[in-house]
Amino acid sequence: MTDIVAEKVIKIIAEQAMIEPRDVALEDSLEKLGVDSLGLVETVFAIEESFDIHVPFNANEPGNKTFDISSVASIIEAVEALIAEAT
Amino acid sequence: MGRRVVITGMGAVTSLGMSARATMDAMAAGRSGISALAFQDVERLQIRIGGQIHGYDEAAHFSRQELSFYDRFTQFAILAAREAVTQSGAMLKGAQSGVVLGSSGGGLHTQNENFRKVYAEGKNRVHPFVVPRLMNSAAASHLSMLHGITGPSYSVSTACASSNHAMGQAFHMIRAGMADTMLTGGAEAMLCFGGIKAWEGLRVMSKTGCRPFSANRDGMVQGEGAAVYVFEALEIAQARGADILAEVAGFSMTSDANDIVMPNCEGAVRAMQGALDDAGLMPAEIGYINAHGTGTAGNDSTECAAIKSVFGCHPPAISSTKSMHGHLIGATGAVELLACIMALREGILAPTINHDQPDAECDLNVVPNVAQKAKPRATLSNAFAFGGLNAVLALRSAL
Repeated sequence: MTDIVAEKVIKIIAEQAMIEPRDVALEDSLEKLGVDSLGLVETVFAIEESFDIHVPFNANEPGNKTFDISSVASIIEAVEALIAEAT
Repeated sequence: MGRRVVITGMGAVTSLGMSARATMDAMAAGRSGISALAFQDVERLQIRIGGQIHGYDEAAHFSRQELSFYDRFTQFAILAAREAVTQSGAMLKGAQSGVVLGSSGGGLHTQNENFRKVYAEGKNRVHPFVVPRLMNSAAASHLSMLHGITGPSYSVSTACASSNHAMGQAFHMIRAGMADTMLTGGAEAMLCFGGIKAWEGLRVMSKTGCRPFSANRDGMVQGEGAAVYVFEALEIAQARGADILAEVAGFSMTSDANDIVMPNCEGAVRAMQGALDDAGLMPAEIGYINAHGTGTAGNDSTECAAIKSVFGCHPPAISSTKSMHGHLIGATGAVELLACIMALREGILAPTINHDQPDAECDLNVVPNVAQKAKPRATLSNAFAFGGLNAVLALRSAL
C-alpha cells in the first residue's frame, strides 16, 4: 500500500517537474526539482484526484503547517496520513 | 493635458449597504459585510464565506420582463448607476456621453445556472436570452439604453483591475474631449457555485476571514456588488453648479510582464509613480492610499514594499476595505474609490478591519481596525490584477 502511494506521488511530482520518476529523490524539495508555486497547486490537485482525498493546502499559510510540503518524503507521509484518515 | 475631470455622482450596491452612503457609513464604522454564503450547492464547497448581498429581492427592483435580460451583475450596475445619476443631475442623453464598466465574470450567474441545466439536469434547451444576459458588456449596454447614452460605450475586463482600468478609460475620454460625461465603475456577481469552485482550486482563498496586512492573514474572501460614478468635464459641472465630489487627477496603467498570478513590486511601483506624475502630484501630497490589499501572503507584502519604494520614509496611511466588503474582483476598484472620496470629503480614513497581528513586512499605518481622522488633499487607489495588469487612479480634493 505504502509503496504504491509513494510511487504515485513521485510520478505526479515528476510529471510537474518534467523529469523521470527515477530522478526524484525522497529528500528533494519541490523547489529543487523545479516545481514552482503554480506547479505545487497542480500537484495538490493531481494528488486529490488520484487518491480521492481532500488536501488541506492553502498557498497563503506560512510554513503550510496543515500539509507539509518541505520534501518529497514529507508529501508522501502527509498523503498517507490523509488516506488513513479517509478510510 | 486636456480638460480637467470631476466626479459628480456616485452609487453603490455592496454587502455593506444598498447605496454609496450606506457603504461608506459601514466602512467608517469598520463593519464587516462578510458572512456565510447562501446559494445552491454551497455545501459542496470548501470556501463558504463571502461578501454576499443577502436579502436582495430582484423582483422588488425589476419587472419579470426586465429580469429576463438582467443578470445579477447587470442588476447591481443598474441600481448603482441610478443612484449616481440621480445625485449628479448630469445631462447624459446624447452622443457626448458614454459608458465604460469593468467586470471580470460578466453574467457568470447566467452561465452557472444554464450550464447546470444542460449538464447536470440534462435539459436540451435554455432560455432564449441567455447570450444577451451573460455577455460581459450587457451591463454597459443596459446603462446606455436606460439613460439614452449614444456615445462610446463598452466594457473592460482585466481581472481584479477591471474597474480601475474602466474608470481610467472614462477619465481619458473626457480629458481628450471624446466625451463630456461618462458613467463608469464596475459590477461583479461571482458568488455562485461555479464561480467559487473555480477560485477554490487556486488555493488562495481564506475559509475564515479577510485579514489584509495582518501576520495571520490566510487568503482572500470574495464579495459581490457594483459601484458606478458620473465623471464629467470640470467646466460643464461648474457651469451647471454641480456638487463636485472629487477631481480625477491622474491615472496610470502598467504591466508586469512577469507571472500570471504572482504580483511584482516593480510593476506596482511604476503604476503608482505614473499616477502621481500624470496628476502632477508629489508623493508627499498623497494623504491616503486605498490599497489593493487582498489578504494573500503574496500581495500584501509586495504592495507594502512598492509603497515604501514610491513614498520613501514617510508613506501615507493605507487601508484595505476588502477586509469589510471582500474582493469584488472586476468591481473592486470602483467600490474602493468610495473610500478615497470619503477620505477627501469627510476626512475619514476607512480602516483595515480584522487586523490581529502586525506583520513586519507590512509595517505601514494600515489604519488598523478603527477609522482615523485625517485631511488628505489627494489619494491613490491601487488595483493589481492577476496577470500583472496594474491600474492606479489619483483623486484630488474638490474643496
